[in-house]
Amino acid sequence: MTKKAKGQTEITIYPDWCKGCGICVEFCPAKVLALGRDGKARVARLDECINCGFCERHCPDFAIVVRGKGRKRRAPACAENGETPVDKE
Amino acid sequence: MADITELIHDYLRHNKKFPHVFCAGCGHGIVLGALIRSIHALGLSKDEVCIVAGIGCSGRIAAYVDFNTVHTTHGRALTFATGIKMANPKLKVITIMGDGDAMSIGGNHLIHAARRNIGVTALVLNNNIYGMTGGQCSATTPQGATTQTTPFGQMEKAFDIVTLAAAAGANGVYRGSTFHVNMLDRLVATAIERPGFNLVEIITPCHTQYGRKNKYKSAVDMFKWIKKNCVPKEKFDALPEADRGEKMPIGTFVEKDHKGLEQLYGELQARLNRPGRPVAEPEQPSAQHAEESRNIMNKEPK
Repeated sequence: MTKKAKGQTEITIYPDWCKGCGICVEFCPAKVLALGRDGKARVARLDECINCGFCERHCPDFAIVVRGKGRKRRAPACAENGETPVDKE
Repeated sequence: MADITELIHDYLRHNKKFPHVFCAGCGHGIVLGALIRSIHALGLSKDEVCIVAGIGCSGRIAAYVDFNTVHTTHGRALTFATGIKMANPKLKVITIMGDGDAMSIGGNHLIHAARRNIGVTALVLNNNIYGMTGGQCSATTPQGATTQTTPFGQMEKAFDIVTLAAAAGANGVYRGSTFHVNMLDRLVATAIERPGFNLVEIITPCHTQYGRKNKYKSAVDMFKWIKKNCVPKEKFDALPEADRGEKMPIGTFVEKDHKGLEQLYGELQARLNRPGRPVAEPEQPSAQHAEESRNIMNKEPK
């Protein structure tokens, strides 16, 4: 197995949505996340992130966003009412 | 791996109160995410999907997603779904049921939906307990487990949902877990895509009601239990009988290609409506009937 590139991501955690269950903290393979004093997840070691996507998929509250560095929020990609999404510039 | 959460946010109804009502670390949120991801992967539009949910913690899922949704009575999600599918076979109808919904009060609906092979996808969220009503033992509580109503251990055996659905004649039977999410995405997508009745049993943790009484103090402990005990079916089959213990096989169990009921019904309709087929004349009202109706019409209002 080749080593995955580290530190290529930005992680956003929505504190209002996070309930502090600790799943992401416990199972993160690179130990990037930690529980803060308020009981909610926060990013402790951003440079270690290997962009595996575990926390995004396993967050029951949809509170974690992992993005490639410098990427912006994209336009909605879901098909609405039978129309295919159009890229907004 | 990016964009997963943003994608899910596109499919949520943001006028409902978020964060959702599930307990911290409840697997239902993960199932909701997996469902949205698999629908997106299949390229279905929001109007093509109908989510039918019963009563229970899992019933709340229908309120949060921006598809056509129905929140039905307890145990009757599959009956509503059967009607919807027969009326509009183009819809992808997905029912979300808990274990109480699917196995206890709606047990008969489940086996008959499987027997009919109606083209509905059933997601059964099995958390081994009646979570919403206070932690009573359910039909899927494992033997020996402690619950609110069985403080000395459950004496009855648990239902095996997968075997039951397969025996009842379901077209596709799958089991996934909330820890093995990539596999779950794949299974749900396959179940939605394939014809006939497809059932996915999803092992989700309920640490609030089940875990705390059974030595799993937190959600993380429950997820560790799932990680340890859910093994792929091939691996499970290779294990000797003595080592299986409380391990559960996950993966694909049954995959058949029988036509769904709504397909057979559509074919019947096409057969009966073919051109050149003699069509019976519409019945003329008999003389007596015509006279009666005339009398009614001519009656003067009092």
